[in-house]
Amino acid sequence: MSRTVTARRSLVFWLQLAFTLAVCAFLIVPVGLSILAGLTANFFLGIDSGLTTQWLAKVWTDYRHTVYLSIRIALACLVCTLLLGVPAAYVLARRQNAFTRTLEELLVMPVAIPGLATALALIVMYGGWGDFRRSWLFILVGHVLFTLPFMVRSVLAVLTSIDLKTLEEGARSLGASFVQRFFGIVLPNCRGGILAGSLMVVTLSLGEFNMTLLLHTPLTQTLPVGLADTYASLRLEVGSAYTLVFFIIIVPLLVAMQWAASWSASTARRRRPPQQT
Amino acid sequence: MGRDDRLWLAVLLAPAAIVFIAFFLLPLARLFLIGGSGALGWGAYVAAFTEPRYFRSLVSTVLLSAGVTAVTLAISGVAGVFLQRNRFRGCALLTALLTLPLAFPGVVIGFMVIMLAGRQGLIPDITEALTGERLVFAYSMAGLFTGYVYFSIPRTILTVMAAAEKLDPRIEEAARSLGAGRWRVVRDVIVPGLKPAFLSAGAICFATAMGAFGTAFTLATRINVLPTVIYTEFTLQANVAMAGALSFVLGAITWAALALARTAAGSTVAAAG
Repeated sequence: MSRTVTARRSLVFWLQLAFTLAVCAFLIVPVGLSILAGLTANFFLGIDSGLTTQWLAKVWTDYRHTVYLSIRIALACLVCTLLLGVPAAYVLARRQNAFTRTLEELLVMPVAIPGLATALALIVMYGGWGDFRRSWLFILVGHVLFTLPFMVRSVLAVLTSIDLKTLEEGARSLGASFVQRFFGIVLPNCRGGILAGSLMVVTLSLGEFNMTLLLHTPLTQTLPVGLADTYASLRLEVGSAYTLVFFIIIVPLLVAMQWAASWSASTARRRRPPQQT
Repeated sequence: MGRDDRLWLAVLLAPAAIVFIAFFLLPLARLFLIGGSGALGWGAYVAAFTEPRYFRSLVSTVLLSAGVTAVTLAISGVAGVFLQRNRFRGCALLTALLTLPLAFPGVVIGFMVIMLAGRQGLIPDITEALTGERLVFAYSMAGLFTGYVYFSIPRTILTVMAAAEKLDPRIEEAARSLGAGRWRVVRDVIVPGLKPAFLSAGAICFATAMGAFGTAFTLATRINVLPTVIYTEFTLQANVAMAGALSFVLGAITWAALALARTAAGSTVAAAG
């Protein structure tokens, strides 16, 4: 950074700061209100009606199973995307030709086309397989399709930024086999990408609604589907308390994601050879 | 690279390819055929443009998404460049807060709009105090617009900030020393420099708004956008063929928007580099 901070700020600076703060308020105030509503005895009467955990307790008794199911699906989804996505990203990084570029393009399609379409396609193809349709694995399939591109891209970004070829040639000339190279060189080098991708996959899976609404059955209700249910039919305080439960799960993941991003940026800076300034 | 490597690479790619073909490409092909097998036959794909009910929702979805994209780019452009260019106390916290809703699902965004502009919301309280009338707009197109801008801001700001970091401040200084005013610099240096980022972020924003469903589902399923029409066709009318055809039309539009922006951004990047 070559710029020096001037002590005297211009009027434009303050206008921009005010604008940015207003945008921030637009995003954060509803979150705060919702948390408050979830802890207030009667939101219509306001905070004077007293703070309570009764709504949280009610949500936990009635909707606990959705929390467990969502976490189970998110973790299973993570395992699947790791097993499918990391090797695929490595192949895409090693072979860059028309075929792999098309493949990369295709893999991103489940993100580009609306989740409703993907869910409908899965239902018309496999909806007749009763046991599969009724199990949580049906939802898992949709989540894996939707999150796989994020894992692949995250790992691919790291693999294309390092000199993989030289590293592998070196190991190869020392007699390392393919398996040794993959586990000894490739995986350790892309752990930053794997971490970022994993956080993304878990976060997205926990919040997926567009597909899950069509894929779920009354017995396989996930957290976002349960949220929509309470928003539609129960009082504001219950919906808010349920949202609070969701925030408690998702916000640490989001913070970890920001931390991972800055961590990988700083390690990338450290790895780069010193430049003349 | 040796011959044995090629075999290993095929083995590593196979699982992802098999899952993708079995659970995505084949089902999608099946849905495409079913889309043409309903009461209207292949005409179902045309009905999205000729049947007034579908066409109206298609037009309002496209207009809504385009409006959301324009507003989001303007907001994120100003805030993103500001956060990247200025260092002050609390800057990192402000950035973190602005990107916090990044992964909130559509249903939660819908609920945030209800907290802001719903029957017991903050904005109606404020307008009641000011004018004596409660302005409740959460359960309409305006509420949906607010929700889509809400969830598009975090991801767009991140893209703009990353692009603004790569802008060379020396070009702006050169323009300024040549006598360009503040607005000239913004118009002729900063906006063109951020064009690739605006294109790609705008395309993602447009595509997400086109296909988003959770927010509309929370606010009111009566809001007439294409995803809610597809959902109604499928669940209430049990018209799988029409739902399939409409989701293909929707998917084609979003995919085309993304592809178009990528080629446009790609050529600009190539021309710049």
